[in-house]
Amino acid sequence: MPYSRAEMAARAAADIPEGWVVNLGIGMPTAIADHVPLEREVIFQSENGVIGMGPAPAPDAVNPWLINAGKQAITLRPGGSYVHHADSFAMIRGGHIDLCVLGGFEVAENGDLANWATSENDSAPAVGGAMDLGAGAKRLWVIMDHSTKDGRPKLVPECGYPLTALRAVTRVYTNLGVFDVTPRGFVVVDLAPGVTLEQAQAASAAKLHTST
Amino acid sequence: MINKIVQSMADALAGIKDGSTVLIGGFGSVGQPDALIEALIEQGATNLTCVANNAGTGRVGLAKLMELGRVRKIICSFPRSANSVVFEELYKAGKIELEIVPQGTMAERMRAAGAGIPAFYTATAQGTLLARGKEEREFDGRLYIMERALRADVALIEAWEADRWGNLTYKDSGRNFNPVMAMAADTTIAQVQHIRELGELDPERVVTPGLYVQRVVQVDRGAPWV
Repeated sequence: MPYSRAEMAARAAADIPEGWVVNLGIGMPTAIADHVPLEREVIFQSENGVIGMGPAPAPDAVNPWLINAGKQAITLRPGGSYVHHADSFAMIRGGHIDLCVLGGFEVAENGDLANWATSENDSAPAVGGAMDLGAGAKRLWVIMDHSTKDGRPKLVPECGYPLTALRAVTRVYTNLGVFDVTPRGFVVVDLAPGVTLEQAQAASAAKLHTST
Repeated sequence: MINKIVQSMADALAGIKDGSTVLIGGFGSVGQPDALIEALIEQGATNLTCVANNAGTGRVGLAKLMELGRVRKIICSFPRSANSVVFEELYKAGKIELEIVPQGTMAERMRAAGAGIPAFYTATAQGTLLARGKEEREFDGRLYIMERALRADVALIEAWEADRWGNLTYKDSGRNFNPVMAMAADTTIAQVQHIRELGELDPERVVTPGLYVQRVVQVDRGAPWV
């Protein structure tokens, strides 16, 4: 059985150690935080200048002045702090973020990421902070479905869509498994329960290597 | 006596010329100077270049200014939000120019303008479509592109508290682009929730010293923002 969305998020969350400063992209990556217990002190940073995000507030305790980069209401945990946008991106671009997890349209076997525009003539592509995070975070992971809704593979030899960051992705979490980006290309870390290497390979345009 | 506090929105927006570049603070609806944007609509300046993280939502505020045909160009990082209907219409019809800028590059271009730095190198966007036409240079084995400072005629920002010198504090994630925009404009106009007596603001809490601010106007947002 391929991983569900929640299982994908939980699988990625399991690999984040205490002490890391982590930025999670909008959408699927945001859910990863729900699977990191508060006792494991991971510091979540948001582009709009929030360091130390906590869980979502109770409906009757929403602070309208406090949102994350996805414009959702959040809380600040004890130890948290605020900075302005240039300082927030100084920590991102200056290599002070241990990990960024983004969504993706395509990841290439050399670590290239495409996740912001689907063609050069996109009606209005929206880049947000993805290029800053892709170039600046110490590690870049991607969490995404293994294939598009119409069955096209998203692990590819070379990205067809416009690039977000070059040679930046080091690991990919999909509904079929976990894959490292290495000098050899994609290497299988593990597969979702019951998913075979042949099934994962059939859903990929790039070659999947095994570590042995 | 220095007193930057003005008593009306008309006084706050007075003198903004056609063709101006206008920075608009805020991220989502937080720290966004809604009352100043409405006042700019009333004020009448046109042929504007607007710099904001988003390209407006719904048909109010910045979206309304665009719908009225007053914005020639928008510089932003995320034009496509859930409800950016006006921008999409204008863009498809070729009636508005778009410059898309990575969010961190946008913030840094304004910070640089405020700090007297005409240009800088960054790895962000190197090798992508957004690097087209930009100088590329290698430092210590890595490629970077040159980005120019982004200076403006006017900044419209929102803060939490101000005194008559224009010193500003912010609330929670309401800080966002506002302090860097305050640095980058010739005339910075701040909408604030609270006016405090001079000396009442804890100097340790002042994020934008008054020297970056030309005009302050009090706008009580009411519940739940207080």
